[in-house]
Amino acid sequence: MADIDLSSVGKDFAGTPALQDITTRFDDGEFIALLGPSGCGKTTLLRLLAGFEMPDRGRIAIGGCDMADAGRGAMVPPEDRNIGFVFQSYALWPHMSVRRNVSYPLEIRRLSRDAIATRTEAALQATGLGDYADRMPSDLSGGQRQRVALARCLVSDPQAVLLDEPLANLDVALRASMQAVFTDFHRRTGATMVYVTHDQSEAMAMADRIAVMDRGRIRQLDTPQNLYERPASRFVAEFVGRGTVVPVQAHDGAGRARILGAEVAVNAAPQSRFVDHVCLRPENLAISETGDLRAKVARVTYLGGKYLLETVLDCGTRLVTETRARFDTGAQLGLTINAPWAFAED
Amino acid sequence: MQKGGSRSEHRLLSVVLLIATFVTLAPVMRLFVEGLTDRTRPGLGLAADVLSQPATLDALRNSLVTAGLGTVISVVLGSAFAFIVALTDLRAKAALVFCLMIPMMIPPQITALSWIQLMGPSSVLLKTLGIAPPLGSAQPLYSPGGIVLLLGIQHMSIVFLTLRAGLRAIPQEVVEAARISGARGLRTWWQVVMPLTLPSLAAGSAITFVTALGNFGIPAMLGIPAGYSTLPTLVYQKLAGMGTGVLAEVSVLAMLIGTVAIAGILAQRFFQTRQRVHLVGSTSRPLAIPLGRARLPVEIALWAVVAAILVLPMFGLVATSLVPAYGVPLRLDTITLQSWAEVLFSQPVTRRAFANSLCLALGVALVLMAMCLPLAWLMSRNPTRLTRLFDSLLDLPYALPGVVLAIAMILLLIDLPLTDATLYGTVWIIFLAYLARFFEVMFRPVQASLKQLDPAMAEAAQSVGAGLSRRMRDVVLPLTAPAAAAGAILVFLTAFNELTVSALLWSSGTETLGVVIFNLEDSGETAMASALAMTIVLVVMVLMGLIQLFSRRFPKGVVPWQT
Ligand SMILES: Nc1ncnc2c1ncn2[C@@H]1O[C@H](COP(=O)(O)OP(=O)(O)OP(=O)(O)O)[C@@H](O)[C@H]1O
Ligand SMILES: [Mg+2]
Repeated sequence: MADIDLSSVGKDFAGTPALQDITTRFDDGEFIALLGPSGCGKTTLLRLLAGFEMPDRGRIAIGGCDMADAGRGAMVPPEDRNIGFVFQSYALWPHMSVRRNVSYPLEIRRLSRDAIATRTEAALQATGLGDYADRMPSDLSGGQRQRVALARCLVSDPQAVLLDEPLANLDVALRASMQAVFTDFHRRTGATMVYVTHDQSEAMAMADRIAVMDRGRIRQLDTPQNLYERPASRFVAEFVGRGTVVPVQAHDGAGRARILGAEVAVNAAPQSRFVDHVCLRPENLAISETGDLRAKVARVTYLGGKYLLETVLDCGTRLVTETRARFDTGAQLGLTINAPWAFAED
Repeated sequence: MQKGGSRSEHRLLSVVLLIATFVTLAPVMRLFVEGLTDRTRPGLGLAADVLSQPATLDALRNSLVTAGLGTVISVVLGSAFAFIVALTDLRAKAALVFCLMIPMMIPPQITALSWIQLMGPSSVLLKTLGIAPPLGSAQPLYSPGGIVLLLGIQHMSIVFLTLRAGLRAIPQEVVEAARISGARGLRTWWQVVMPLTLPSLAAGSAITFVTALGNFGIPAMLGIPAGYSTLPTLVYQKLAGMGTGVLAEVSVLAMLIGTVAIAGILAQRFFQTRQRVHLVGSTSRPLAIPLGRARLPVEIALWAVVAAILVLPMFGLVATSLVPAYGVPLRLDTITLQSWAEVLFSQPVTRRAFANSLCLALGVALVLMAMCLPLAWLMSRNPTRLTRLFDSLLDLPYALPGVVLAIAMILLLIDLPLTDATLYGTVWIIFLAYLARFFEVMFRPVQASLKQLDPAMAEAAQSVGAGLSRRMRDVVLPLTAPAAAAGAILVFLTAFNELTVSALLWSSGTETLGVVIFNLEDSGETAMASALAMTIVLVVMVLMGLIQLFSRRFPKGVVPWQT
């Protein structure tokens, strides 16, 4: 088990930076999700941790040992890192049976025959593959292949497990059950896990902390709840969850601000004296006849048990809110802003 | 229900398919009929007769031995290059691959000629350097060993290309998964890469064996002086010595080669289909295992091999072509361009051969282009069982040894039905044989480019009212033109140099360049043969360079050495 420490890590591809100045720390046993738009460098970061790429700048340490140091030009190759990696394409060896796929890392470590057999069996049982051990990977379904990949990486007790969009090739129903497999695996082994995903709800459901990335930088590393309720920047506020970012017209520095013409109390991080934007999530907007803001319903979406309303203010700003009552498009209503989160524009 | 297509397309397809079938497959069928008849009646008497002659059995054994051992050399050289080029971070890969392709494109009799210039007591190069063996000592290449060595070098690019294509299909993750599991260096190669490429290695070896078996130029140049016959040279000697009287007999021999070759081709197809389909799509990035500090030594070693098998023999050829008479050492006072002038400008035979080869190669390239463009397009639009069958048999005239095709052509065309006329002895028999043989060389690139073409493009033209010929001219032709051009250059290149087929089909007046080089060397005019050979090598390299120059503009899979 190990913590992962990155300091000022950067990586360029053909002169353009894919990762810039990443300094962060993932604690021992944490489940970290890397979340961000396509091309923001998630896979690159994971491959740097695995040792498939050498950083161009900065240092990476895992479990207290230096793994790569661009300054010295030294790097521990992937085969010596004792890390598990689950590929999006599974990367099972098509010429080996399921059992051999799983036992191969142990063979390389020259364990005794008995030890290999028992540990392989345990890994197969843990992933529910007992009945498929003697099949070839080509005879398995997508979810089963993914579980083989997982069994293969857990069999050698890695100090950290890296997963690159492991569920992207599976259908929605299977994803939910595989999420349970992963969280279960994490709880049982206590391994540090870094999990790349495109899917916010997946990240929220599984991760202890989520690193939101944008254009090669980590914008915020925080718990799912904090990311949603206390975003540190406009990018994170708009990327995570539903909501609208609107400018603050005036701020008294003591928790009251003018937003869209209305005087409201806002929450902000204690250290930030200056704020200029707020994030209005559905929870921050209450519908009432006497609301300060006059809005017209532009679109209604049924979410099951409640409705999502997209409303347009007179000034043209779009706000989304949720309600149990049904409104028709075009209906006029009043909105009250209720303790939104305020932050300084990046 | 037909997929796509229209009535006019079907009619055109039937016509073109009929012609193509006649051109490519009729000769092979005719041969098998001949081999299975005994004096105009069906029977195996003659076949049994010929097959029990000691000369036949000797030649069969020699063929199997030289082709087999030659394949071993090709596999060792070709796979070493393929693994290193495909898997590591070598520099200047494109240049290396290009150089590796040259031996395949240079005709075998020129390969043999150039190596002969490199060894033996009269080697101009060795004499110039003062290290020639004493007069009277044997030319070491006039031996089974020499044949094996040159067959191995000539065909190593086949193994290289097949194996490299197989290696490229391996997703990078599969190797990375092994590394992260702790496997390092050779272990990854042996336990993961190797098992995945075994089918393509086997397929490459099988087709190399078939090609080596059918090779005529090398055993003819090296074996005939040593009295060592392989099946193709035995056929040649019988036919050259006794004329068409022995046609029935040599058809049996041709069938014997054909049968062994077909076994090889079937083996190749079997292994090709065993190449495993990978579980989930592959990455776009090829493998590039860092060689680290070993990179420079590896690069030096590879280029040294290239120099030894490519540059050195060419030096031998140039040296020989620049002396007044074979055996004279090359010095400032002996250097002369006399052989070049003689062979290029004075000799009527060589001038005729240039004209013949040029016209044949051009004509074949153009006719094949005109046939393959519509055929490939129509076949891709209207797949039926018949077109698929044709597709799978199409390779036969090219994959089968040239001797087999030549004999088949003679049988087919020596007595034209309903007339007294014969095409044997005219240039047309060579032309038709070339059409059959190089059909595949033209067809496959066009087919590959059509596969990458959206069928909706032609359909869009159809929807706005363009008729069949209009669609072909305005949509299909422009989009497949680069592939067709590349195919035509390849056909030209191979036809321009061809020896095996024309060696059996030529007569006075219809000599080709391949035949002339062979005859010049045979009659002791080595200096002139070298000058002519060197000219051809230059033409080949210029044409290959031309393809390379435009290779970015060709669709994937069109240029054979850029898979
Ligand atoms: N081997 C490479 N060579 C050149 N550029 C690369 C390479 N790998 C990644 N890049 C570039 O680096 C940037 C980050 O890529 P990366 O694969 O890390 O994105 P990602 O966040 O994983 O995206 P996705 O969610 O689409 O998988 C991209 O702009 C990409 O084009
Ligand atoms: Mg990615």
